[in-house]
Amino acid sequence: MTDQIVNKEAEQEVLAKLDAFAELPDAPPKRKFRLTWIGYVSCAVVAFWLIICVVGPSIAPFHEMDMDGDDSFLPAGPGEYGYFYLGTDYLSRDTLSRVLYGARNTIGISLAATLLAYLMGITLGILAAVKGGWIDMGISRVNDAILALPTIMLGLIVIAALGSSIPILIGTAAVIYATSVFRIARALGQDIMVQDYVEAAATRGEGVWWIIRAEVLPNAAMPLATDFGLRLVFVVLFISSLSFLGLGVQPPAADWGSMVRENLQGLTYGSYAAIWPALAIASFTIAINLIVDDISAKSGGSLAKKMV
Amino acid sequence: MMTRMVMQRIGIGFATLIVVSIIVFIATSILPGDVAQIVLGQSATPETLAALRAQLGLDQPGYIRYFSWLGNMMTGDLGISKAGGATISSLIGGRFGNTMMMAGFVALISIPISIALGLWAAMHPGTWLDRLVTFGTLSLISVPEFFIATVAVLILAVELHWLPSTAYMTGEETFFELMKALAMPLITLVIVVSAQMIRMTRAGILNVMSSPYIEMAILKGVPRGRIILRHAFFNAIGPIINVIALNLAYLVSGVVIVETIFAYPGLAKLMIDGVQTRDLPLVQACAMIFCGTYVILILIADVGSILSNPRLRNPK
Repeated sequence: MTDQIVNKEAEQEVLAKLDAFAELPDAPPKRKFRLTWIGYVSCAVVAFWLIICVVGPSIAPFHEMDMDGDDSFLPAGPGEYGYFYLGTDYLSRDTLSRVLYGARNTIGISLAATLLAYLMGITLGILAAVKGGWIDMGISRVNDAILALPTIMLGLIVIAALGSSIPILIGTAAVIYATSVFRIARALGQDIMVQDYVEAAATRGEGVWWIIRAEVLPNAAMPLATDFGLRLVFVVLFISSLSFLGLGVQPPAADWGSMVRENLQGLTYGSYAAIWPALAIASFTIAINLIVDDISAKSGGSLAKKMV
Repeated sequence: MMTRMVMQRIGIGFATLIVVSIIVFIATSILPGDVAQIVLGQSATPETLAALRAQLGLDQPGYIRYFSWLGNMMTGDLGISKAGGATISSLIGGRFGNTMMMAGFVALISIPISIALGLWAAMHPGTWLDRLVTFGTLSLISVPEFFIATVAVLILAVELHWLPSTAYMTGEETFFELMKALAMPLITLVIVVSAQMIRMTRAGILNVMSSPYIEMAILKGVPRGRIILRHAFFNAIGPIINVIALNLAYLVSGVVIVETIFAYPGLAKLMIDGVQTRDLPLVQACAMIFCGTYVILILIADVGSILSNPRLRNPK
């Protein structure tokens, strides 16, 4: 009886090892796109916030600037004008409504900045890869210089010089994060440019733009899409850190970063008004990172990792 | 070969510092209005403005002003603050020490913890403890620094009453009092920096683990712990040194947030105050100090990874 169990265990072990060998480096890549349950939950969280971005202001029980009497930091419960599900903040505004309104500012600004960063980074990166020569040299040197600075310092310098407004925030974040997109797009572009199919297209007499559109971009799309998620997280952290410092989205507009700052003093009175927006940021950024992690874990996976 | 590469790195680092100074100078000189206007304020007449400009050298073309600014900065003359007219060097003096002290403590605590945890997670991949470490550190690096600080205040200061929620310092406290005041910012920064370092250490070791000689060791039956400590670790030292220097560089942005949230009298707090009051000379000076430190740490990371590579150290 025990022997049988031992035998079975040994058999399963051998099977598991064979399974490991199926992932040798030269095995063809699996095309199946499946996530673990963590990945699916994370997708749901991200989708939830994206929907709130659009419908948040219309389902919020109060306007983001409505003040209810003089009582700040009320606990959750009924108030003078209605029910406060998450309590009120330091100016006795409904925290839930402000979190719902804040989604639009925080995620909207970050999304706009990331898209702009991608537009600039990919255009310049592929241009540099395709044209080469002094264009490549020039853009790359400028890029390296910006990349050599801490992002928050760049943000602080620009805001010290120009002041803070939403277009400046979007523009600054876009330029800062376009530098990393540029590096990736350029490397991918250079990789793809030396492939046989690109050479064949060039020999056929196709123009530069046709090659970029039909050969380079489709092949660079998947790695760039994974990177987009990571970049978006960095931009959300950057924007909300600036807002937290009081240098980003300006009051009275609701924004998750500035909401944490405004209500920080409330913590000592036992109010959780600073915790909810902080949790909102955390849930959004953690979920995106988990999705990206899930995707890259599926596409990677070496022999040693499985065996050790 | 190796000396040449190291010299090349140092050259690049130096060039980067020059470019950084140009960026900082241009960015803060875009706006109209200059120090002369600020000093004179409302009482400025065209004549007094022109006189003061000539006296301060502001009537000269941009590149000359840049070089004199750079020269002054090299010799320690950082200019005059807009607010109050104190010299910037006197404002920065003690605060620079405070920030360096905090950064030093963070490095002392976080480096051993991170390497130990990273190694330990790499030794037991796939176990639930490894998953806990991976999931926990991934969550920690995806949240803003102020989230960690807020939760730390909530738990340690508000709920448990163990630590003060601000890092107020008078300069005359005993060592124990100093530690108590510093505890909160230190805990926050150590968590922020360690999470990243643990992940990168673990990834570095696992990366080495996929090389052929490790596969050989696995196939001949060497125990897992021994493979990691005797074979993988020494080849991962280069990447790990790199990780440490990079993360100390990332500390720059963490310091900015943490000093603000805990009202710690450091350089970053001074800079944020400068940005809020648009005190450009002060912002310029602080930015140069932070960016310079950052570039130097990145340089150390680069040189460290060259020096720790035996193939570059002993050329054929």
